[in-house]
Amino acid sequence: MMVRNQSKVRRVLTVDLPMALILLFTLSPYIWMALTSVTQESKLFTEGPSIVGATLENYTRLFSTIGFGANLLDSFIVAGGTVVFGLGLSVPAAYAFSRFRFKGRRLLMLQFLLINMFPLVLLILPLFILMKTLGLVDTYIALIIANSTVAIPFSVWMMKSYMDGIPRSLDEAAMTDGCTRFGSMYRVVLPLCVPGIIATGVYIFITAWNEYLYALTLGGRQVKPITVAIQTLIGEYQVEWGLLTSGGIVGAMPATLLFLLIQKRLIAGMTQGAVKG
Amino acid sequence: MSDTTAHQMPLSRRILPIVMLSPAVLVTLAIVFIPMVQALWMSFHDYVLFRPNNFDWVGLKNYITAVNDPVFWTSLRQTAIWIAITVPAQMLLGLVTALLLNQTFPWRGLARALVIIPWALPSVVIALMWVWIYDSNYGVLNDLLLRLDLIKSSIPWLADPDTALYAIILTLTWQGFPFFAVMILAGLQSIPSSYYEAASIDGASPLRQFLHITLPGLSGVLMTATLLRVIWVANSIDVIYVMTGGGPGYSSYTLPLYAFVEARTGLNYGYGSALAVCFTIMLLGFVVLYLRRAGKNIT
Repeated sequence: MMVRNQSKVRRVLTVDLPMALILLFTLSPYIWMALTSVTQESKLFTEGPSIVGATLENYTRLFSTIGFGANLLDSFIVAGGTVVFGLGLSVPAAYAFSRFRFKGRRLLMLQFLLINMFPLVLLILPLFILMKTLGLVDTYIALIIANSTVAIPFSVWMMKSYMDGIPRSLDEAAMTDGCTRFGSMYRVVLPLCVPGIIATGVYIFITAWNEYLYALTLGGRQVKPITVAIQTLIGEYQVEWGLLTSGGIVGAMPATLLFLLIQKRLIAGMTQGAVKG
Repeated sequence: MSDTTAHQMPLSRRILPIVMLSPAVLVTLAIVFIPMVQALWMSFHDYVLFRPNNFDWVGLKNYITAVNDPVFWTSLRQTAIWIAITVPAQMLLGLVTALLLNQTFPWRGLARALVIIPWALPSVVIALMWVWIYDSNYGVLNDLLLRLDLIKSSIPWLADPDTALYAIILTLTWQGFPFFAVMILAGLQSIPSSYYEAASIDGASPLRQFLHITLPGLSGVLMTATLLRVIWVANSIDVIYVMTGGGPGYSSYTLPLYAFVEARTGLNYGYGSALAVCFTIMLLGFVVLYLRRAGKNIT
């Protein structure tokens, strides 16, 4: 009994306590932000943020006065559009990489990997000029295209590794039963890929939702995603921290919730490549 | 014989992969590679956005300007500091977190889910959250340090040229360490537990087990994750841009940020592109290293 208690104390000291400290470091900024967002603006600078007398005043102001609803809608359209566009292009490409062997396959796959490594700043300058020439600045299309530069290469790789996990014998069985190659993809592989497609889609959604620099450069008055809207809450002379932090909470909410929902599959997809390396 | 069968391969089997790949390849060509070539092209020109009709070929002039530009060298030095502190800090914290998460304790699942939250937050939100924490008048960090008697008076973390860059580095460490933790945890779980059993039968201490089993077992993951992280940390300018915009003065400029600000605020797309190209070339070494590692695993 003694021994067991001792080892338990030891575990608390060497595992639970350090873990709790790391979590404190991880979560306290977030909690501090949440606390600030429910504190009355007038009390913020005298008494500091506190849970006592919590109010949703900042949140209602955010939607009624600032019109945050329109920004949320913009973000939804851009992120949703990127998901549809990105998946539509990358799922067939991933299938080709996973099921066919052809000349230049390796090079093409590396090409998709390379895109994700390039500095955003090298891309953002010419994309702005391009969109300006095409008259697309401040449209949803511009932002969807810009976000796809990140989304397509990533999802090609993520979907390919997911499809590799589906045995080829299944396609072959379908084809001996009279399915065409296309039929076997459509009837057998795709349905089995649904969890992978959802995980990839959610990942694209999160990155597009969180994206800021493209939104700032290629957006404008008509299309103003939430990330830009939050930033513009910083006033010229004084910062209304209550408003700003409630905007932060609202802006972070969809991505955080989605992430927590599909965390396991997402992490498996993300780490697979690295563990093999 | 095998040659003829290869030629007799049904047409659909040869055409299908091309058909399926071409949309993705063509689109990335159009929205990634052509714009990049255009950036390179712009860097050889005088191109200021408020004089859009002047697009004069100037050869290497923008690059010569960069070499003689003190801000270029300041930014470059700070980019090096930025990477050299942020990546190891993220890795160390990530390693400790992963080692802890690999132990058994009752709330492990919860801890694992919560620790990754920073990674899912928009960087604008992260940046503003930390600006509020660092605030010199009402920020919680100063308040805390004053109460603990660690400082005598409030420090304007982001307004002081000596601390601004390091304050942002702490923020980025906070944002990025969960990525390392998750990667390393996956690596830890792929080390067979029989190794540890054999080692403890032979009487190896936990430290020796860590040095001779865990670290070698993790070396692949650590290498890959570090390369990826160097590239991403070097590229990430949104947090700096929102927190200080590079200031005060030039004290938190990094090279890609300089390129971005030069184009966005200065509208000088020619010089901005030249800076971006310089930065890309410097980063290329890490990119090639990473691609070679990843290329080996293509099956």
